[in-house]
Amino acid sequence: MIRRTHPALSAWAWLVYGFLYLPILVLIIFSFNDSKFGATWAGFTTKWYGVLLAREDVREALTNTLLVALSSTLISTVLGTLVGLGLWRYSTRFRLPLTFLLVTPIVIPDVVMGVSLLMFYSLVRGGLELTGWTFENGFWTVMFAHVTFQISYVALTVRSRLAGYDRSLEEAARDLGASSVQSFLRVILPLALPGVLAGALLAFTLSLDDFVVTYFTSGSGFRTLPVLIYTSVKKGVTPDINALSTLLVLFTVVAIVAANAIMRPRAGRGGDS
Amino acid sequence: MLTLRRFFATLGPGVLWLAMFLIVPIAIMFGYSLLTRTDLAQVGGPLTLESWGRVFGYDALFREWVPDNLRVLGRSVLIAGFSTLLCILMGYPLAFYIARQPARRKSFLLLLLIIPFWTNFLIRVYAWILILRPFDLVPSLTATFLGMVYAFLPFFVLPVYSSVEKVDWRLLEAAQDLGASPVKAFMAAVFPQTLPGLIAGILLTFIPALGTFVVSDILGGAKTALIGNLVQNQFGQAGDWPYGSALSFLLMGAVLVGLWLYARSAGQKGLEELI
Repeated sequence: MIRRTHPALSAWAWLVYGFLYLPILVLIIFSFNDSKFGATWAGFTTKWYGVLLAREDVREALTNTLLVALSSTLISTVLGTLVGLGLWRYSTRFRLPLTFLLVTPIVIPDVVMGVSLLMFYSLVRGGLELTGWTFENGFWTVMFAHVTFQISYVALTVRSRLAGYDRSLEEAARDLGASSVQSFLRVILPLALPGVLAGALLAFTLSLDDFVVTYFTSGSGFRTLPVLIYTSVKKGVTPDINALSTLLVLFTVVAIVAANAIMRPRAGRGGDS
Repeated sequence: MLTLRRFFATLGPGVLWLAMFLIVPIAIMFGYSLLTRTDLAQVGGPLTLESWGRVFGYDALFREWVPDNLRVLGRSVLIAGFSTLLCILMGYPLAFYIARQPARRKSFLLLLLIIPFWTNFLIRVYAWILILRPFDLVPSLTATFLGMVYAFLPFFVLPVYSSVEKVDWRLLEAAQDLGASPVKAFMAAVFPQTLPGLIAGILLTFIPALGTFVVSDILGGAKTALIGNLVQNQFGQAGDWPYGSALSFLLMGAVLVGLWLYARSAGQKGLEELI
């Protein structure tokens, strides 16, 4: 293996890394800037963090974000794990259509997914009104929408984790007297577990990150942090948003470093790629 | 064998969920695209192809051909394409740099690459306002390009990196031993080996760049600059759901054609490896 890298290549790589970290650094620096209109430096302050923590809407959006992320991750991890196992375990002539179905939520533009769900929910609401029932877009509509794009990521991560194992493992367990539930819990699930955890982590992050689908399915009374940031930015930049963004960046860094430590030595998605 | 009972115990619930929250909504969207706008965000009969006509540039009201939408789609393709090109220029060499470091350093560099990738998308776009505003570059096309490349670069680098990792460098030595110049040797022995990752990276950059409305909305200014903005506008201010639905299909069609071309060259395995 050749380890030599050309100096120009190293220089280029560090320039790209500089490009990746410049905005994050600027964001952090300006969150400590004692100026309402952030373009110039007016001295060090931590007051924007105080302003931020006092904001009722920020706390509410944070709660909403976490509630949606936790519940949608739970549902999608169960459903996605089962799909991943089924894809690995059984041969079927529907393999190609199934793969297509799973890839679709990942590849269609999120604006398309958002607006189609918006219309779907409005039609369901219209239908329910005939029976006297009704609902507002909010927690449930957003949460269901998130599950829809999370299932695929979990399923494909679980399946790629299992890809190396022989499908007859389960039969062997059955031959040794395990019931189908026992063989699932004692043999298959432990094998799939790293994939399940990686998939769940990915699903959770995708939910935290999502803006577009949430924006179209949330209605007016329910805001998550990305939606709150979007509406704030549209109204004009305020320094407490820098503070909020800085906190979220720090949270991301801690989460990734922790996840990396847990999943060592194979970092990243799926564990096998 | 997948029996019906096994299907419902494993694949079933997930597949039914996707049928209900993905396939049915897209079918409903198709239905809406055939309806007429009656009032703000209200739709009604009769069934008509008017929205589809407008998508392809035929204005039924004035009975004339105004290919504005196709121009927006063309502009979206150009902007997404140029952003992808910038990603290739920046990211392709970077993937080689990372792949050729010692193991410990390699995982550190990958971690450094993943941190911005997992940072909230809106924050990544928003941060550019802070940098570009003093230069009076918000809103502008330059800002849109910077935001696009910044938002999608890690999507590009990761698949390219995983195929550079697998490169058999002995082929490069062989080509050089046989007298090829460094550039020629690279093009003949290394470049083809990185092609699957490169194509995956291009798709993973180009597709979200084509569909986005956030970057151009926050950094680009104009409301209907890209096809994504045009769609968003129909479901926001303009309140024309049938037209928005037809436009969504145009966008989805553009994406699916790209993927179909990819799947045809890479097969099912390639399609699965994309993720």
